[in-house]
Amino acid sequence: MEFALAVVVLAGLVAVVVALPLVRGGGDDTDPVARAELEAAKEAKYREIRDAQLDHEMGKLTDEQFRAVDRELRAEAIAILERVDALDRR
Amino acid sequence: MDPRRKRKLRLFVALGAAVLLAGTLIYTSFSASTQAKEPSDLLTASEPGRSYELTGKVVKDSIDKDGERLTFRIRDRDGRESLPVTYAGVVPDPFREGREVIVSGQLQAGTFVAERDSLITKCPSKFTKDEQSA
Amino acid sequence: MAGVGSACLVVGLLTAVYAAAISIYGAVAGNRAAVVSGRRAMYCVAGLALTATVILQAAFLRSDFSYKLVAEGSSTDTPGFYKFTAMWATQDGSLLLWAVLMSLFASAVLYTTRRSLRDIAPWATAVLASIAGFFLLLMVGWENPFETLAVVPAEGVGLNPLLRHPAMMIHPPMLYTGYVGFAVPFAFAIGALIVRQTGADWIRATRRFALIAWTFLGAGIMLGALWSYSELGWGGYWAWDPVENASLMPWLIGTAFIHSIMVQEKRGMLKVWNVSLIVATFALSLMGTFLVRSGILDSIHAFGASTVGRQLLILIGIVLIGSTALIVSRLDDLRSKAKLDTLLSREAFFLANNLVLVALCVVVFWGTFFPLISEALSGEEASVGPPWFNRVTTPLALVLVALAAIGPVVPWRRAGRALLLRSFRLPLTVAAVTLVALLAFTDAADSTLSLVMFVLISLVLSVVFQELWRGTRARQTIAKVAWPRALGQLIGRNRRRYGGYVVHSGIALLFLGVAASSAFQIQRDVRLSPGESFEVGGYEITYDRATAEIGRDAAGTGAPITLGAVLTARRDGEEQVLHPSRNFYPSRSGAAGPIGRFFEGEATSEVAVRWGLRRDLWAAVRPDIADLEPAIREADSRFADSGQDVQAVVVAALVERYRNNSPPANFRAIESPLVSWIWIGGMIVVLGALIAVWPAPETRLRRVTSIYAAKLGKELSRV
Repeated sequence: MEFALAVVVLAGLVAVVVALPLVRGGGDDTDPVARAELEAAKEAKYREIRDAQLDHEMGKLTDEQFRAVDRELRAEAIAILERVDALDRR
Repeated sequence: MDPRRKRKLRLFVALGAAVLLAGTLIYTSFSASTQAKEPSDLLTASEPGRSYELTGKVVKDSIDKDGERLTFRIRDRDGRESLPVTYAGVVPDPFREGREVIVSGQLQAGTFVAERDSLITKCPSKFTKDEQSA
Repeated sequence: MAGVGSACLVVGLLTAVYAAAISIYGAVAGNRAAVVSGRRAMYCVAGLALTATVILQAAFLRSDFSYKLVAEGSSTDTPGFYKFTAMWATQDGSLLLWAVLMSLFASAVLYTTRRSLRDIAPWATAVLASIAGFFLLLMVGWENPFETLAVVPAEGVGLNPLLRHPAMMIHPPMLYTGYVGFAVPFAFAIGALIVRQTGADWIRATRRFALIAWTFLGAGIMLGALWSYSELGWGGYWAWDPVENASLMPWLIGTAFIHSIMVQEKRGMLKVWNVSLIVATFALSLMGTFLVRSGILDSIHAFGASTVGRQLLILIGIVLIGSTALIVSRLDDLRSKAKLDTLLSREAFFLANNLVLVALCVVVFWGTFFPLISEALSGEEASVGPPWFNRVTTPLALVLVALAAIGPVVPWRRAGRALLLRSFRLPLTVAAVTLVALLAFTDAADSTLSLVMFVLISLVLSVVFQELWRGTRARQTIAKVAWPRALGQLIGRNRRRYGGYVVHSGIALLFLGVAASSAFQIQRDVRLSPGESFEVGGYEITYDRATAEIGRDAAGTGAPITLGAVLTARRDGEEQVLHPSRNFYPSRSGAAGPIGRFFEGEATSEVAVRWGLRRDLWAAVRPDIADLEPAIREADSRFADSGQDVQAVVVAALVERYRNNSPPANFRAIESPLVSWIWIGGMIVVLGALIAVWPAPETRLRRVTSIYAAKLGKELSRV
């Protein structure tokens, strides 16, 4: 008896919690989502640029090697920033 | 060397190393292994001078300790056949009659002479019904 | 309350099924509300599982024997801490632990990704909910922890004495946290494959979970080894037992995974490899859970065939077959444009590290399942033991340490050969000095493999030191601060890299302990009477006298009788006293007499260990109660019908007699060089992982990014 009652009560609670978004019809806001992902990618790219800088400072990369790597990474970073810009403009 | 050929070469080397590892594994494991047998297996057929891993349950009232030497009988997990065992070395904490044990050694003149410190006792069941009586 | 507990499990199962279904619907139909509903359902599952756990724990803590689990696993005389941890010493309770950890971790990751990974998250929710649901199903269908007994016993069976050790009780939750933690990147990998978004997004979102899982799994394995060393009477920490191996294999592949995801993040390479690795890690985690419960392999721990083995095997099959099919169908999306151009790059070293780790896992797998393999191939069931495992894994371990020494020096993408060689001048010098010192001042040369390992370890440590040194100097130049602040800034701004280096140092020290204690350990087994001495290594050990205690068990496990010995160990004029003992727990079976049952039940060794940085002295005793046996038999018949207090007095008298007679006893003593470094190394690994996982403060990032943004903005406008 205790079991059956508990099942009903708990199931009811759960039903209320999970039905709320369905009833309200969840707001659609793709922009913050896509932006968050781009932001994460951007941070990762900046970290890579800093990593390369650190390697260069520590003498693991020659000046020439560093310049090449840095150029590549910055180009990739610019591409990401362009996508962020495009999103903002929308 | 052009990059594609370099990559093919690296793949070839890696595969070669893998084959070598696999070969070493197979060869060493088969030559270093001991066969697991129950008392009934050994009673029916056993090669003299060959090491086996004897598995089974300790027979009730068969344990006898005399200083360093321990003697007991092992029987089949689900059977009647049993063998006497002489053992010297560390006796694991859970060892007692009715428990399942594994011990390595050779069959000599009807008695299983165990290698030192080779006795393993299975922990009493955590995940099945615990036997309340030996 | 047991009914409420069962209800939580049933409703939890239904909710998990709903969560999976509605998430899949939301993903396929593009219905955001459905996805949100699915996520909330996952939170509910976590809440229900947590409630069930609290109910069960409360029952344990108040010794409510109407619960079958409490009656079988606990007793009124089980100490409080072990009442709390007894829950996962049982099959049903450990399934509940899996379920609650799984649902909590799933909720955590879904919460942190609620605003990102819009396409992947619903599928990940479905996978995570299915796994949680599976474990709930196992409980509801087969092993319900809330089963009650019609007749409530007055006393419980009690926790198995061998498990009454702190390390042993923290060990399962740690392992499960590891297994569960790896389910998170697995679920997101599956999601990423389904929606064909195979970039590094799923990795970035779950990286911390993978690292945390790896750390907990490793710590859990360490605790198991520590328990074996300090609680069991054999003095070893690793036996290559199938159950030990079952937890090691996912850890090895997990280590490979946390390295190779860095390659995908930096270069977009190894995509197929990464998804395959995480599938393997998770499958091996399930396999670890399965092996302990299946009885298919002979092991100290194999607890016999149980009712859930087959179901776990089915789940493993679904995971492997489903994931493989998915990966194969998405191979085109997983092709990466970048390729490995030179072997002298960090990517190449990570790949090499991966290959060695996978090889190690294959070796361990082969040896663990050899009984089944040999039976299938040759009809005879054979097994391989620790000597084989040690022989085959040692060379691979040496290669791994060597890679760990060279890797940190090599930069990403490409390395200048000349610069690289210059970077190795200091470490190679240190290694050479170490080699000479070891040959001249120690007998390390007796074991060639250990010697090689020691030299490689010195290489690893000097490389890490050099990296910290050079990085600090570079930081000092840039930021114009004193070296302590520079070091702090260096580590703070590059937590992943330097956290990783700290982990490498910890692993190196761990291998130091393993190598030294394996190759140079000295062990003696003797039988002594009081006053006699024996030698072990550089120690002379004397058996002074016997000890006997009633109800005053030093380890706090609730043992009524403790018999032991006082040993004095002398070395170089210094003296240490050791108190090894043996705890005797009463037998619950009716076979033994009323007095005899106190001596016939389970007995555990309470080992005496003198920990030290240079060496450990380990001693265990096996008291011989043969002299007492006649008296015990007599007492059994004479006091068969006496009350409990009379019987207690008789037992006390017998125990007192043991102390006064001080009969001979069997001892095992071990001198183990450098074995403490295993535990120290392990703690350093955890510290390093903590550094690597620690989130960087938001503000600092934003400041840096704004500087960059300005620079790049300028460049943008110029183009």
